Amino acid sequence: MAVSSLVQNISYAQIAAPLIVACGALAVLVAELFLPPRRKQLVSWLSLAVLAGAAAPDLALWPGRTRGTFCMPQSAISMYSLGTGTPKAMPSTCSYVADRFTLLFHFIALAGAFVVVLMSASSMKRDRIPTGEYHFLLLSSVAGVLVLAASRDLITLTIALETVSLPAFALVGLKRWSGRSSEAALKFFLVSVASTAVMLFGISLVYGATGNVHFGPVAVHLAALPEAQIRHLAYLGAGLTLVGFAFKVSAVPFHFWTPDTYAGAPVPIAAYLSVVSKAAGFAGLMLLTGFAFSPLLNKTGPLLAVLAALTMSLGNLVALRQTDAVRLLAWSTIGQAGYILVPLAAHDSASYVKHVNASIAYIIMYAAMNLGAFAVVHSVRGTSLDAYRGLAKTRPLASAALAFFLLCLAGLPPGLMGLFAKVAVFGAATGSHLVWLAVVMAVNVVIALYYYLSWTARLFAAPGAATAAIGRSPATLRFAIGLTALAAVLFSVWPQPALGAF
Amino acid sequence: MSALLLATLLIPLLGIAALYLLPGATAERLATRLGLYAGAAVLLLTVVLASVFDYAKTGYQGRVDWNWIPAFHVRFQLGVDGISLPLVLLTSLLSALCFLYSIRHAPEGGSQRSYTALLLTLEIGMVGTFLAADLILFFVFFEIVLLPMWALIEIVLLPMWALIASWGSDGAKAAATKFILYTLLGSAVMVVGFLVVFAHADSFDIAWLTAHAHTDVPKGAALTAFALIGLGFAVKTPMFPLHTWLPDAHTAAPTTGSVLLAGVLLKMGTYGFVRIAVPLLPQAAPTYAPALAAFGVVGVIYGSLACLSIVRKPDGDLKRLIAYSSIGHMGFVLLGIGSLTPVGMNAALFASVAHGLITGLLFFLVGGLKVRMHSAKLDDIGRALYRKAPKYGVLLAFAAMASLGLPGLAGFWGEVLALFSATEPGSGLTQGSYIAMASVAALGLVLTATYLLAVVRRVCMGPAATAAEGQAPLAELTAVETAAWSPLVLLTLATGLWPALLLGVTNPAVRVLMKGV
Repeated sequence: MAVSSLVQNISYAQIAAPLIVACGALAVLVAELFLPPRRKQLVSWLSLAVLAGAAAPDLALWPGRTRGTFCMPQSAISMYSLGTGTPKAMPSTCSYVADRFTLLFHFIALAGAFVVVLMSASSMKRDRIPTGEYHFLLLSSVAGVLVLAASRDLITLTIALETVSLPAFALVGLKRWSGRSSEAALKFFLVSVASTAVMLFGISLVYGATGNVHFGPVAVHLAALPEAQIRHLAYLGAGLTLVGFAFKVSAVPFHFWTPDTYAGAPVPIAAYLSVVSKAAGFAGLMLLTGFAFSPLLNKTGPLLAVLAALTMSLGNLVALRQTDAVRLLAWSTIGQAGYILVPLAAHDSASYVKHVNASIAYIIMYAAMNLGAFAVVHSVRGTSLDAYRGLAKTRPLASAALAFFLLCLAGLPPGLMGLFAKVAVFGAATGSHLVWLAVVMAVNVVIALYYYLSWTARLFAAPGAATAAIGRSPATLRFAIGLTALAAVLFSVWPQPALGAF
Repeated sequence: MSALLLATLLIPLLGIAALYLLPGATAERLATRLGLYAGAAVLLLTVVLASVFDYAKTGYQGRVDWNWIPAFHVRFQLGVDGISLPLVLLTSLLSALCFLYSIRHAPEGGSQRSYTALLLTLEIGMVGTFLAADLILFFVFFEIVLLPMWALIEIVLLPMWALIASWGSDGAKAAATKFILYTLLGSAVMVVGFLVVFAHADSFDIAWLTAHAHTDVPKGAALTAFALIGLGFAVKTPMFPLHTWLPDAHTAAPTTGSVLLAGVLLKMGTYGFVRIAVPLLPQAAPTYAPALAAFGVVGVIYGSLACLSIVRKPDGDLKRLIAYSSIGHMGFVLLGIGSLTPVGMNAALFASVAHGLITGLLFFLVGGLKVRMHSAKLDDIGRALYRKAPKYGVLLAFAAMASLGLPGLAGFWGEVLALFSATEPGSGLTQGSYIAMASVAALGLVLTATYLLAVVRRVCMGPAATAAEGQAPLAELTAVETAAWSPLVLLTLATGLWPALLLGVTNPAVRVLMKGV
């Protein structure tokens, strides 16, 4: 065996983003030890710098062609680009690929985490959260998201997913003085571990059937499995693998951890789970359905269609009855996850990439509006919906921003961003002849409008007894709200960057 | 001309910006006057638009075409033609009159600034809907209307005590919620229909889709798309079984809200049928047309019977009565559309404009009574309006006559033409059943006359119920009321006496649209 096959060439430019974030995580942890208590705030700034710095190498890669690293030179099987099923001129099978898809999710994750850090900067002391640990765990989880989006084999995918999840359990439980926080962390942990076990079992079946872990070869083998028994085994394996990610994006019936976990966690962490960690789950789902399991699209498609219909319907129906802001947002993210699943239910590979585009556009826009909504909720400390009654009188700008985010989530003008996102998803559904699913979604949009609108109306009503009495938010929090509001307004007027991103 | 179209959308936007850039107290004080200036400017622009409009040409004029969202093939396309021009004029006129009326009679209690801003937003949405030449842009404007109308019904009209006591009266809250949920369901389903068309035709360009209507969408998909799109417009129009949001919304809405709701918002539904559903999907239209016509006729009868029952009740609400009468009038519009003939489409457009003028006037009049009596209930309004305020009474009788379709007034032509079109429906439709429907609808004309005459007798004539009531002075028409309402009276007369004024504009455009059907 030649030496060259043992020594891998690592392209550091491509792995720079997760590397920077991972090293940054350690640096933050160490730095916090040496900072005097008055200066702990600096840790937040350091985290922000790490996240912004990690985006730089990705920006440099952006216009470039698809490339990979950590490749297996022995493998002669050509690489398949996402969903198209046509071989590209790649001599090897790579575990880590920084293509347009990967970079897009990198940007979503970095920007999302940036806003989360901004949100939490001012509330660390109030919530008695250990600063260094918090930022270390958050950045570690982000590093996992960055690797997950770039992973192109089942093992890397699993490890990346665990890297996303493990720090997240601890983050949820960081309010150690709060029993609810610990309970939320435990519930999240148990459900997640169970789902990982199921997923690993699925992956082992897929490996057994195809003899490969790299997505390209797995797809080739899945397309040409000779024996019926092996075929069924592979289908089962693929299904169980998807279940793991269905937990991650909180698709019904794997959703029940979501409301309790969000309600118990610090609000910025709930925002992180609902946007960044969820985006990672969708990236994994897209990679699996559109790449590794692409020959099974006609089987996974209908499955995901039913999953999408169930998820949005249950999420929105239960959200109707919520009286707590964070719980309402938790159920609404379940509903929104259902919309994002719709384009993935397309079942012909020719148009798959086009439809996945709608999901990615939705995730980008959803990130802006959901983070914004969580940021305002974080600034209004009481979490009961009645605390928002008449908020427009005392906090006109934050109320206007929250109203705008809620209308974006509902998809009603002036929240044009949400409207375009929903139209894109509708388009993907009708484009893949799933008109029934589009109609189910249309009904869901109406159901969802009810709770978003009644929350919005509370803002402009007369103040009641339960109205939260709050002063100005800290500058960082206001900056976070402003940043997300700016993104929401921009995407509302000019949605092309999001809709044409992929 | 493109600049004119853009300016009609930009001026209200500038008005809103000005309202919120001014300091709070100043904005509150100047709000209604600022609204009037913006509304008048838009009206002026649309009148200029009508004067530079080339009536000999067919197809869109003054086209604006920007590549807005290339990833989604959505273009920012505006244009105006013979079908949209009358509706744009109607919208700008009614909006301007509402602003004029609000100078003196803005709803009490709420903030004048947000009230004016809501009306201006409403105007952007309404004008934009009629100007849009791209399906998605049309949908966006169609949706822009929802939120301000919801807020007008729910929030602004609340008197101060209600604001303090609770979050609005339960009736208004329920009505507003019903309005927005119903119409959003319609428009959400409608956009799915648009996307079914897009999945086959790969374009949202209304003009292009009309030109390629027969070739681009296969029959099966066209049937699905028409059902979805038609459902959206049927909710908005509203068609008989989907009408239940309308009476509640009208009962709860402030005067200007009612005027714009009946005068313009309902027309967005009929405009959608004439502009989009029928011309874009001609292969599916004959399948659904008889249902449209039949539900329209049921609406005519149902609306009239509901009105008859309201007028007989002592606590019947006059605003509710006019809302039900709108369902009847829109039934004639649907009958015209259901005939799938150019005559029917012209009838639908004529009846829409006429209904906008007449019902707008009726809602203004009832609103005026509500201001004077603090109620729109028949018993509270009392009798003998002729004696108490003769000019007001005559005006109410005039509006009622126009509404019942007296020849020589605007209400006559649209409904008669609709009946006429139903006697000779388009190809592929059975003439016999249409003649049957037309005769039932003609019966509806009689019922309409019955209840409107009953209203006139109940409100205007007769001795006062009590001596005290007969003595009580009732404020006559104010100057602002006269100014705001007289244009509607004049136009009702003008289009009634000289229908070619309107038909001459719509007919060439309708002929072109209906070529493919």
